[in-house]
Amino acid sequence: MTKKLLRNKLTLFGAGIILLLVLIAVFAPYITKYDPTCINIQDALLRPSLEHPFGTDSLGRDLFTRIIYASRIALLIGFVAVGLAAAIGVFFGSVAGYFGGKIDSAIMRFADVMLCFPAFFLILAVIAVVGPGIFNIMVVIGLTSWMGMARLIRAEILSLKTRDYVLASRSLGASNFFIITKHLIPNGIGPVLVSLIFGVAGAILTEAGLSFIGLGVQPPDPSWGNILMEGKAVMGAGWWVILFPGLAILITVLAFNLFGEGLRDALNPGKS
Amino acid sequence: MARYIIRRVLQIIPILLGITIISFAVIHLAPGKPTDLMLQLNPKIEYEAREKLERIYGLDKPLYAQYFDWLKKLMRLDFGNSFTDNRPVIDKIFERLPVTLLINFLAMAVILIFSIPIGVKSAVKRGSFFDKVMTVLVFIGFAAPGFWLALLLMSFFGVRLGILPVSGIVSLDFENFTLSHKTVDLLRHLILPVSVASIGGVAGISRYMRQSMLGVISQDYIRTARAKGLSERTVIHKHALRNALLPIITILGLSIPALISGSVILETIFGIPGMGRLMVEAVFTRDYNVVMAGLVISAFLTLAGNLIADIAYVYADPRIRYDKISRPVR
Repeated sequence: MTKKLLRNKLTLFGAGIILLLVLIAVFAPYITKYDPTCINIQDALLRPSLEHPFGTDSLGRDLFTRIIYASRIALLIGFVAVGLAAAIGVFFGSVAGYFGGKIDSAIMRFADVMLCFPAFFLILAVIAVVGPGIFNIMVVIGLTSWMGMARLIRAEILSLKTRDYVLASRSLGASNFFIITKHLIPNGIGPVLVSLIFGVAGAILTEAGLSFIGLGVQPPDPSWGNILMEGKAVMGAGWWVILFPGLAILITVLAFNLFGEGLRDALNPGKS
Repeated sequence: MARYIIRRVLQIIPILLGITIISFAVIHLAPGKPTDLMLQLNPKIEYEAREKLERIYGLDKPLYAQYFDWLKKLMRLDFGNSFTDNRPVIDKIFERLPVTLLINFLAMAVILIFSIPIGVKSAVKRGSFFDKVMTVLVFIGFAAPGFWLALLLMSFFGVRLGILPVSGIVSLDFENFTLSHKTVDLLRHLILPVSVASIGGVAGISRYMRQSMLGVISQDYIRTARAKGLSERTVIHKHALRNALLPIITILGLSIPALISGSVILETIFGIPGMGRLMVEAVFTRDYNVVMAGLVISAFLTLAGNLIADIAYVYADPRIRYDKISRPVR
């Protein structure tokens, strides 16, 4: 599988960009000499130059600095939100698949109902109650995006639980918990991993969208979404305020999608 | 067919109930009462007045009783009044819904018009230059946030070239226009929002179309059609395309929530007075009755869309015997 992953150049490219993004996010303070929130009105809306490679925004803050600091928030929200979604999804999905019957139909009907809500409307409704903010966004995205993963792991477990090694394990006295966590989940987690990678991309897009309409990460904390929101007000005065933050989102999401696609092909050799 | 439709409609009743329970729970799980905000804004309010207000909204009753009261009213499409202007919520929603539906229907049409030919051509000429370019564009279309594309288009066509309006759904002096002028004005305002709303869908559906077409082309009956000496055009357009289109019906149904979700940001950025913007405004003002109504109605729309897609599928695919159909096993 690893060999197959490495063979595809686009997958490698995606993985490389993700690695680079993580490094940029971690070492942000060493990459730039500016402060992401320091206002400097006399430098407002400067064109891209050697001093300011991406130019400055309407408050004179260095855009390059704000964009690389925003990658911290984007990746944090992406990973934590999807981690939470995966935890909920794997829990519900494996319980539903393993125990079957009424538990299964109750959980899966619940997932069906959750899938009826346009995700953004559901997220907005929760934010109306709990308020915006980085922590709330992570939790809300996690709580509203587990359904797909629950279905995937359930389908895997439905077929895995009839295998002989599960029967062998049970006849040796293994508990349900042991069978689920030690045999079924590790063997059926593949499709969830793929969906996890795509999920990070989706969560980053959702966060950017929420921050763009002012209901996500709150200023002065930089987020690609709220940089774009601030850029919208002055986009007639400088193209760079809207070009670069959007490119950052595009490249990040593209990298995760390419990597996810490659991972999927590597896990399902027949279906590419 | 009629029996299938009736059965399918009956199946959605528990889902409808589930939607109302989740919508209600989302708003009521939070600490504090919806009236707190109204009261906070008005510190002079007396304790008795507070109690009276809570009684009016039924907040003194247990939660399940509140839910059933709300559900009873909901059956009559009564979502209560908006906290901000005290108008019936349903009136506000019916004012806003047509624009959102119009944009989404137009987007759906644009998606079909572009994605099907692109998907078919990519599949038929698999590995060609066209296919490769489209694959790259599809990946970019997937990854580019709609609101960013909207900003780029606005700044180019609206600000730089100044040929398209960037905000609102009609011009300020719309009332004084002649009918033809009104139509042109509306269409000019719709070009950018509809284009942005369609981009993601064109990328997604053309990909599915390509996949579906590739699957069909390798089937035996296509080889048979070719062996009969039919022209390549007839084989592709008549035999392959019809079968390849079937799964697209389902995919279209499944893409409805994404379209409706998309209208939130789209309407905010283009200043379009639709459902999505109403929802955002309600979230900012914590207008809970509007938020709950928006949530319920958007989910109902999704459900209705899926239902129509399911019925259309059975109607379009003669291989499905609709008198004995059951839902596909997941």
